[in-house]
Amino acid sequence: MLPDNLKKTLSESIAHAEVPREKAVDVMFELQDHCGYMSDEAMAEASKLLGMTTLELEELATFYDHIYREPVGRYVIHVCDSAICWMNDHQSVIDHLCSRLGVELGGTSADGLFTLLPVCCIGYCDRAPAMTINRRVFGLLTPEKIDRILNRLKEQAQYTETE
Amino acid sequence: MHKYPQVLFQNRLPKRIATLDEYRQSGGYRALEDFIGKRPPAEVSARIDEAGLRGRGGAGFPAAKKWLSVPTDGAFPRYLAANCDEMEPGTFKDRILIHADPHLIIEGMILAGYATSASKAFLFVRPSYESSAVILERELELARQAGYLGRNILGSEFSFDIVVHRSGGRYICGEGTALLNAIMGKRPNPIKPPPHPTVKGLWDRPTVVNNIETLANVPHILRNGAEWFKNLALSKGGAGTKLYCVSGRVNNPGCFELPIGVRLSEIIDDFAEGLPAGLEFKACLPGGASTRYLTREHYDVEMDFDSLPAVGNRLGTAAIMVFDHKTCLVAATLNLIQFFARESCGWCTPCREGLPYIRDLLWRIEHGEGREEFIPMIREMCKYSWNSYCALAPGATSPVESLLTHFEDEVREHISQKKCPFRA
Repeated sequence: MLPDNLKKTLSESIAHAEVPREKAVDVMFELQDHCGYMSDEAMAEASKLLGMTTLELEELATFYDHIYREPVGRYVIHVCDSAICWMNDHQSVIDHLCSRLGVELGGTSADGLFTLLPVCCIGYCDRAPAMTINRRVFGLLTPEKIDRILNRLKEQAQYTETE
Repeated sequence: MHKYPQVLFQNRLPKRIATLDEYRQSGGYRALEDFIGKRPPAEVSARIDEAGLRGRGGAGFPAAKKWLSVPTDGAFPRYLAANCDEMEPGTFKDRILIHADPHLIIEGMILAGYATSASKAFLFVRPSYESSAVILERELELARQAGYLGRNILGSEFSFDIVVHRSGGRYICGEGTALLNAIMGKRPNPIKPPPHPTVKGLWDRPTVVNNIETLANVPHILRNGAEWFKNLALSKGGAGTKLYCVSGRVNNPGCFELPIGVRLSEIIDDFAEGLPAGLEFKACLPGGASTRYLTREHYDVEMDFDSLPAVGNRLGTAAIMVFDHKTCLVAATLNLIQFFARESCGWCTPCREGLPYIRDLLWRIEHGEGREEFIPMIREMCKYSWNSYCALAPGATSPVESLLTHFEDEVREHISQKKCPFRA
């Protein structure tokens, strides 16, 4: 069940739309932040709020690359594998991420913190190779820079857990 | 300091966006004050038409002609959709523009809304541009507080508001009609016109879809006039400046505002500071991933809407992706077709089935399993892409077809050597 305040915020946002389903992606982003991913329960809640059938919502949830219908880590890494990053040795970035996290592309690290996904050009070709983590961009990647970023996120996760 | 006039980037700073005050000091919102409620909407369209502003998102359609195709007796409410999906590989100009001068885009949108009697606009932003979406939402609120947005703008009868619409992320959303489906919360398949969105768009109401760079030109044209705008271009028949992105094998990748009609060689050699030492220019894609390879033969081509078609290419998004002589173009094209095959929305067969087929053949060639008969097969498959519903598939096959046109020897070398000759 969703907390009442989240439901209220979402309902208000939907009320400002031309039609409720215009807010489908926004609602799914919010529910993902709350539930971690779009679980079947989250899909049912979102459908109710949006006045859509779960099937109609599924058409969108399975289409967009930033909506996750399977459990993902707290941090979802989208690593660019398009032409300019490819030219800038994106393979070494992917290899380094895989070995550091102990996963293959598509996998989630054993500590449940990181999911690694390939993604199409993210529009940072002037700073290739690049990736996003929870929709924040990191460019000009090197193994050292990747290590720094992952360590910082691990520390951040530890801090929020002990808080 | 700059060799050419900076118009869209006149307020660009290295580390931060231009504030509302800085935008105003540079003449910002003056066009809005001069036009909204003071001159008829048709005059906005007329000025833009006179200036010859063409769409900057890839297709190059004249902006005012699109606006004027909204029927005068068309239903209300009417909408504007500003396209900042920007998922064409190599393209990042819209992001740079938002991070430079967001109010320029906002003012352009309001004026376009005024010209077409729209009351609401959607600014469509891709997920990896979340920081851009946050900036836009913050600056929209400042514009609202200043009376530039909302009910009765600057005391006039005209009411108009803009909302940021976040995408869930897919290349096809940048296609004008797919974008409308995305905004309406439907699966973003393209819709084959007619009717065109300007007649029946969002919720069957007249809707104009413009790229944000196109819209950013509007306030400048209204302030400075059509002649001034035309004179910005270097090529005959061209108008204005363009945001050129340069990436790939160059010393200084980036986004440069240069006149329409500037030569490709000048962009790469001077502004992008050429290729790294020891590397030679082999080819580039001059306008994003869905244009054709351009070789040394046309290195001096004028970068505008007419000169590139004259050499069998397109200006596209003017995102120049540079490849050097040590880069295998079969592998590069395989990467590009992989992108398009993955991003196909799956709605129609030539795209959904054809692109993976081509990818498979190219994969085999690159990995030493190629056969001579694959070459005519690929050529034939590329032709079928024109039977598809939207421009994604013909765009996807542009680099493939041009690979076979300009680099057939390189492809054949892969086949005869049963390996990629660029690999050790």
